[in-house]
Amino acid sequence: MSDDSLGFIFLNACIINNFVLSSFLGICPFLGVSGKYETASRMGFAVMFVMLVSSVCAYFINTLLVQLDMEYLRLICYIAVIASSVQLVEMVMKKYSPALFRSLGIFLPLITTNCAILGLALFQTAKGYNFLECVVYALGAGSGFTLALVIMSGLREQLSLHDVPSIAKGAGLTLMVAGILSLAFMGFAGLGS
Amino acid sequence: MSKNVHLLELQTSPHLHKTSSVEHLMRQVIYALMPVCLFSVWQFGLSALALLLTCTIVCMATEHFFCYMAKKPSTLPDGSAIITGLLLALTLPPGFPLWIAALGAFIAIALGKALFGGIGFNVFNPALVGRAFLQASFTGSITTWTPAFSPNRFAEFVPSSLALPFCKPGAIDTWLASASVDGFSGATPLALQKFDHVSTSIGQLLLGTTAGSTGESCALILMAGGAYLIIRKIMDWRIPAAVLGSAFVVSGVFYLIDSSAYPSPFFILFPADSCSVPSSWPATWWVRP
Repeated sequence: MSDDSLGFIFLNACIINNFVLSSFLGICPFLGVSGKYETASRMGFAVMFVMLVSSVCAYFINTLLVQLDMEYLRLICYIAVIASSVQLVEMVMKKYSPALFRSLGIFLPLITTNCAILGLALFQTAKGYNFLECVVYALGAGSGFTLALVIMSGLREQLSLHDVPSIAKGAGLTLMVAGILSLAFMGFAGLGS
Repeated sequence: MSKNVHLLELQTSPHLHKTSSVEHLMRQVIYALMPVCLFSVWQFGLSALALLLTCTIVCMATEHFFCYMAKKPSTLPDGSAIITGLLLALTLPPGFPLWIAALGAFIAIALGKALFGGIGFNVFNPALVGRAFLQASFTGSITTWTPAFSPNRFAEFVPSSLALPFCKPGAIDTWLASASVDGFSGATPLALQKFDHVSTSIGQLLLGTTAGSTGESCALILMAGGAYLIIRKIMDWRIPAAVLGSAFVVSGVFYLIDSSAYPSPFFILFPADSCSVPSSWPATWWVRP
C-alpha cells in the first residue's frame, strides 16, 4: 500500500496516528465522556460528523484564502468554522434527539474547543490533501476517535465493577488505562514506514 | 431431645461442582510453558536461564508485596505471578539486561495487575503491560538480538545481560566477534522480510534456529504447548484458531494481490516476531470472560 493511497490515509488517521492515543488530541472528551458505552459511542459519532463537516469547510476556506493570498487568517477562520458547525450539530440534535442532547450535556459545546477538530483541519492543510483525501482523512480520524472512546468506555464499565485499591480509584485508574492503551497503539507505529 | 442431627441436608443449586480452581488452571498453563522455557535455555544458554529466573522472582516478590500492602491474603500460591514472569521473560530478547527485565517485571505486576485490584481484575495481560513498557522505554535493548546456539552459551553470559543498573549495556559487536558466530545477521525473520525482502524458510521457523525473543523461536514447541491447553480444555480452541485464521486469510489476500511485495501466508502463520506467539497462546486464557 503506497503512502498516498486513500486506504493508507484512512488507516493512518484511524489507527497508526490515532488522534487520541498517539497524537494526544481531544483528551478532554476522551476522559470525560468515556464512563458509559452508550454516551461514548454517541459522542464518537457526533465528533465524527463535526470532523467531516469542518474538514470539508476548512478545505474550501483554505482554497479561498490561498487565492486571496491571506493565509495568515487561516487559524482564526478555522476556529470560526468549527464553532459554527458545532452549533449546527447542536441545533439539529436538540430538535431530533433531545435525549442524546441531554446525555452529552456540556460535552457537545465543548467540541467547539476540541483540539482534535482544529488539529484535523490544520493537519490536512499541512499535508496538502485534495478534497477526496480530506474527506477520507476526516472519516479516518473520526472513526479513530470513536474507536478510542468505545474501547475506553468498555474498559471503564468493566472496571467499575472491580475491587480497585482506593489509591487508584477514579481518575488515577482512568489515566493508567489510557496510558496502557496508548502504549498498545504504539505498536502500530511501524506500519507506516 | 435437644441433640441436632442432620437427617436431611438442604443445599441450593448447583449441585454438581467442577473440581477446577485458579491453582489448577495456572498449573496447567505453567506445564504448557515448561517445554518452551527448557528449549529457550538450551538454545540461548545461561543468559536465558537468568532472564527467566529474574522475571519470575521479581514478579512473585512484587505480587507478595502488594498483597501485603493491601492487607489481603497473599495470592502467591495460585501461581499467576509465576506465569506473568515466565511470559514476560519469554517475550524479551535473550541478552536483555537483567536489571531492566526486573524493572519490567515490577511494572507488569504493579501497574498491570495490583493497581487493578489483583488477580481476576486486570483488564490487560500483566506480562504484556510490562513488555509494552519496556518496548517504549528501552527501545535499543529490546531490539538487540543475540544468536541462537552460540558455542559458549552454557559457560558465559551475553555481556549485555550483566549491565549494571542504570548503565547502558555495552555494544554487542565485540562479543559477537569473539564468540565466533558464523553468518549472524542480527535480524529476526520479520525484520528480514520487511527490510531486505528475504523470506526465512518454514522449516527454520518451525524448528526455531532463527534469532528472536527468548521463547518465540520454535513454533513446533509453542504449538505443542497450545495443543496441550486445548486438550485439557483450559483454552478454547476457537481463540487461537480465530487469531491465526484471520492472519492467514488477510495475508493470503495481499499475497494474491502482489506476491512480490507481501510475504506468503504460510510465513505469517508461523509468526516469527515477539509480537505474536509467545504471548498470545497462553495469554488467550486471560481474555476469556
